[in-house]
Amino acid sequence: MENFSGQLINLFAALLLLISFGMLSQRRVLSLINLFALQGLMLTISTVIVAYSSHQHHLYYSAALTLVLKVIILPWILHRLMRKLNVKWDIETLFNIPTTMLVGIALVVFAFNLAAPISMMGGAITKSTLGIAMASVLLSFLMMITRSKAVPQVIGFLAMENGLFFAATSATYGMPMVVELGIALDVLVGMFILGIFFFQIRETFDSLDLKHMEKLKED
Amino acid sequence: MNGILLQLFQDTLVVLIAPLLLGWVNQCRAWLQNRSGPGVLRPYLNMVKLFHKDAVLAHNASPMFRFHPYILFACMWLAASLVPVIATDLPLSPAVDVIALVGIFALARVFVSLAAMDIGTSFGTLGARREMLVGFLAEPALLMVFFTAAAISHSTSLTTIVETLAHKQFIIHPSLAFAAVAFIMVLLAENARIPVDNPSTHLELTMIHEAMILEYSARHLALIEWASALKLLAFTTIGFALFMPWGIAEAGNWGALPLALAALFIKLTVAGAGLALLETISAKMRIFRVPEFMGTAFLLAVLGLLVHFLHGN
Repeated sequence: MENFSGQLINLFAALLLLISFGMLSQRRVLSLINLFALQGLMLTISTVIVAYSSHQHHLYYSAALTLVLKVIILPWILHRLMRKLNVKWDIETLFNIPTTMLVGIALVVFAFNLAAPISMMGGAITKSTLGIAMASVLLSFLMMITRSKAVPQVIGFLAMENGLFFAATSATYGMPMVVELGIALDVLVGMFILGIFFFQIRETFDSLDLKHMEKLKED
Repeated sequence: MNGILLQLFQDTLVVLIAPLLLGWVNQCRAWLQNRSGPGVLRPYLNMVKLFHKDAVLAHNASPMFRFHPYILFACMWLAASLVPVIATDLPLSPAVDVIALVGIFALARVFVSLAAMDIGTSFGTLGARREMLVGFLAEPALLMVFFTAAAISHSTSLTTIVETLAHKQFIIHPSLAFAAVAFIMVLLAENARIPVDNPSTHLELTMIHEAMILEYSARHLALIEWASALKLLAFTTIGFALFMPWGIAEAGNWGALPLALAALFIKLTVAGAGLALLETISAKMRIFRVPEFMGTAFLLAVLGLLVHFLHGN
């Protein structure tokens, strides 16, 4: 039974990584939000399995928090923002997806190598998923770098938080409840502020493309 | 002796049900598009019609052009008979492992392209070039998918892979999830299905497979159509062998054969409907997006291998 739940956690970790790659190569902003919600769902399921197999009851609360916040509220806010900003059908012109994916593969190799000695020491059931968690953090980071529009960058930021949460669950069976609640509140408030930023950015530059913000002077 | 009987039975089975699978996929597609559809037996009727016609050949066609349909058909039949479809006890299968199987598909591709360029029409040349473009990107992805499965079972033989995955202790392999996605992408590209090529179009500038066989008629065309149906069946059954091998009978277990046959038909029905659904919800890509599509498939397969080594089992 112990062994089987370990395998299930590995499977969901792999799906999490798969979704990270899907987000990296997704052009449509709307699908990006749906992928983000799906990633949150994978995170919830794997947290519940970790909680069940390690008898850590506080993990059930974090799983519920993830479900409510990352699968329901944040995607809903993002969908609403998309509707209000009227960028629902936006397609981003990404430069060269295969190159981005190749860099992504290199990051995955790096993360796996980095995590290998750490997971050797740990005795947790989830030890081999630490590499995947680090890889998905780095991939979200890469996504934030390669995107030029505001909404995908914010989704990259949120996905990075997903990766961090997963790393915490897999390395140490979750963070203390206070920290987790604090982060959840941070993300929520951050989302609201960024939502206001979207409107400001669009009002100033007439678009959500952040390239306009690189100019320091008016010309 | 029993093995040889089984091999003969499987060879007959695959060659007979291949057009049925194609008909089923087309029928599902028609239903999904709110059309009544041509019926699942349409490919058989088409082939009967084509076999009754007289073949027309161009004046400058070389013998290559005439022999190609037979070579193609033989390659695809061989490929489909090498895959453990209902049982792993196949005398032919130790002769060829998965890498050689990819080689058989490559051999068929070479002859298809040569025959398409043989007449010298611009459509044929265009189709052949595109086929080579798709093929050289699909092949490494397919090999990586096979390597992922081979790394799990420590063997490149398909029968050993099936026996390890289906009959040993049940283990979830996360790496196979990546390989499965990559394999579906390769299947779509190799069989000229919708995101890459449209099988139901003629005389369009985007076609790949159809452009290559425009010059063929009658029995030659029938054989080529039959060969593409066999290729689809071969790829589908390879997919079953790698990702859902449950139900395939073990060596020497004769009682499991009827069950294996029933499992095969259920899996084919579901997979055909799934393929039709996938084709209906996706749009045809521009030809220059295809390298990106195949590159993604390759990278996913590589990722599968990496995940396998991460978990270290």
